[in-house]
Amino acid sequence: MMEELVRMVRITKRFSNVVANDSIDFTLYRGEVHGLLGENGAGKSTLMNILYGLYKPDDGEIYVEGRRVYINSPKDAIRLGIGRVPQLPELVESLTVAENLTVLLPGLHASSGLDYILEVARRYGISLDFDAIVYHLSFGEKHKIELIKGIVRGSKILILDEPTTMLSPWEVNSLFDCISKMRDEGRGIVFVSHRIPEVLRIADRITVLRRGRCVASVTRNEVDEHELVRLMIGTDIDRHTVRDRVELGEEVLRVEDLHVLDDMGGEAVRGVNFYVRRGEIFGIAGVAGNGQRELVEAITGLRDVSRGRILIKGEELSSPRRFRLYGSHIPDERIGLGLLPSFTVLDNIALTFYKNFSNNGFIKFNELKLHTERLVETYDVVTPSLGTLAGKLSGGNIARLILARELSSDKDLIVAVHPTFGLDIASTNKVRKLLLELRRKSAVLLVSEDLEEILQLSDRIAVMYGGRFVDIVEADEADPEKIGLMMSGVMGS
Amino acid sequence: MKVKMIHGLKIERREEPGLPARILLKVLAVILSFLFSAILFAISGIDPWYAYTLIFVRSFTYSGLAEITTKLIPILLCTVGLIVAFKAGIWNIGAEGQLLLGAVGATWIALFVDVYDPLRLPLALLVGMIFGASWALIPIILKVRLNVNEIVSTLMMNYVASGIVDYLVYGPWKGAREWGFPYTDKFPDTVWLPLIPGTRIHWPTLIFGVFSSIMVYMLFSKTVLGFEMKVCGQGRKIADYLGMPYGSRLMIAMVISGGLVGLAGVGEVCGVHRRLRYASSISSGYGYTAIIGAWLSGLNPLGSIPSAFLLAFLLTGRDIIQVSLGLPFATSNIFNGCILLSMLVVEALGRYRVRWGRWTI
Repeated sequence: MMEELVRMVRITKRFSNVVANDSIDFTLYRGEVHGLLGENGAGKSTLMNILYGLYKPDDGEIYVEGRRVYINSPKDAIRLGIGRVPQLPELVESLTVAENLTVLLPGLHASSGLDYILEVARRYGISLDFDAIVYHLSFGEKHKIELIKGIVRGSKILILDEPTTMLSPWEVNSLFDCISKMRDEGRGIVFVSHRIPEVLRIADRITVLRRGRCVASVTRNEVDEHELVRLMIGTDIDRHTVRDRVELGEEVLRVEDLHVLDDMGGEAVRGVNFYVRRGEIFGIAGVAGNGQRELVEAITGLRDVSRGRILIKGEELSSPRRFRLYGSHIPDERIGLGLLPSFTVLDNIALTFYKNFSNNGFIKFNELKLHTERLVETYDVVTPSLGTLAGKLSGGNIARLILARELSSDKDLIVAVHPTFGLDIASTNKVRKLLLELRRKSAVLLVSEDLEEILQLSDRIAVMYGGRFVDIVEADEADPEKIGLMMSGVMGS
Repeated sequence: MKVKMIHGLKIERREEPGLPARILLKVLAVILSFLFSAILFAISGIDPWYAYTLIFVRSFTYSGLAEITTKLIPILLCTVGLIVAFKAGIWNIGAEGQLLLGAVGATWIALFVDVYDPLRLPLALLVGMIFGASWALIPIILKVRLNVNEIVSTLMMNYVASGIVDYLVYGPWKGAREWGFPYTDKFPDTVWLPLIPGTRIHWPTLIFGVFSSIMVYMLFSKTVLGFEMKVCGQGRKIADYLGMPYGSRLMIAMVISGGLVGLAGVGEVCGVHRRLRYASSISSGYGYTAIIGAWLSGLNPLGSIPSAFLLAFLLTGRDIIQVSLGLPFATSNIFNGCILLSMLVVEALGRYRVRWGRWTI
């Protein structure tokens, strides 16, 4: 008989008129990994935020180890031994890794303190530079810090919210090793995800949510991939887009012997050469923190080049404005760069379109409004109105809003960084199809840590490691396993 | 979403307060500060009711309103000017100095430049604006080129400006006919701004102030330049990402800001004093008062007119308190401080919606 750790009974949570959780039952046992599966907006995060004390349920009961509990804040949750690894790292960017981890200290014996935390990191195979300032770290590295916090706090229960979205296959493997270790110690782990293969790989039991309701709660052996897809989105859909051949045009982007420095003055990009032609998607695969960010920033004019050249349509890139003339950019940093949260939906679309809708220095807002309405509809952005502040939208809608703006601007070069991050299956498919379509008239540079995405979309693939391209291969000849090994630095070309 | 119930009153978080709620909140803030100040009066041994009656009765006479309007002019121009800077993400705390420089520019034209007389007044207005704008341009160039924090630089430059004015009126520009007072000579009447008879209201400046608030409103709601300034105000990285010219847009915003504020300085010397005097008598802190004005209007240029009126009313009330009730100058400053604090507190309240039965605010 398995021992019950958490039982959530008939949990209901409404946000104004939307029912985010509709009478959901959820049980977590000791020593299991419980996959919580569902699309964007299915209610997974809401349910886990209730368990972690971030939201109060409108209705329902929560039991921890058989005892009825009222979790009013994360503090209560931590006291009960519940830890959480958020999807997006919530760290103090200006402090070091070690300083960020000191928030854990009050819960520990003073004598062991930081040594204990370092010991935990070592035990679970998490390697990090503890003196580095968080601001300089990649997403994957920041995620590791959150993982350590979760492990220390979640002595009984650990919630992992979409933990693999920004991790490379290699990082996912070590995360899964870490999860298995915790399961063997008798912890209960909730693995929140919309990635079916990963859930099938790690979970012992799986609960599927759809539109705020629990549609299935099964053990791993009872289901297969197709069954889960059907449960999750209601119909069976084809995840595999067929890539057709497109005639190649002229060279749009050319990068020659490029060297770029990172924030610390170290060389992040160490001599990269490539070109992207109209009619192809050039994919850059690699684990976060291997120079992709600096490379993209240099190409888009946001970071100075220390040596080498970047040519767009044959002309040397001299300023960010020069890039914008021919290029669009879906940045890694969505809120605050890709999208201004204090601006309305309309103004956010206007950011790149205002000049197309202007006359003698005046913006023609009526026409701009019509255009925005069309874009919002085409890209399925759900917003109460065009005057709504963009910061109030959900993560998926924020992503779609940026994509709507950047992908519809009809430029020669599209630089897309993690374009489908945080999107559900339906939106992901749509965006991928769109990128394939856009390469008919534009050159596309795709940077992603999602190897599946790179393999599915790219015509040519570069693997980046340690600031260099390990190899550039034609998509038809690409061997996923080989690329995986190159990404992890195990294998050179 | 957190909901709290207190005796049938339901308080919940909301997204954005609507316009009626926002106006109501501002009124609430003013009432709140009146209540605070009432306590202050009581402590000073003055019946608050008597004090307020006195302030209101005296203010809303013909001469009282004329005095309020006179004070409204520089506050309005400074407020509109500051709104331009604030909207472009620049913390211009330097309106006080920019105003003084505007006054210096006008004085220079009025007394020391040989020009064709009918052109003297327009030239004084223009040069005053240029002086104010140039003074504002220095900190913004430092910010754009060298990343110097403009809060500190604009604030510090106020003291420099005030020193310059005092140096001029005690030194080289000291009037020959002023018996040693720190004043310049009286301006020739060709450079006087026309007044509404029987008052000190220099109406051309007033009209320009109202006009500028409408223009600035149009600038930010309709034009490419205004939109770009607003976006660049979000930071250099965003401007770079979108390929917008960050430095030039910030500089334009600051030139407009400093120019409008400089004009306020011209209005004071050509309309009210008709000479340059020591710094603290040219501007009784209008540049700082306007910071309150800008936030009071919620950075809406059209809101600057009622905000400037309220602040002018308070400054006039301050004079009444001083003269008629014999309270120290500082008392009235506390009164102004109360308003700003109430505004900030009430701003936070705006993030909640209150329901009581069928009533919702």
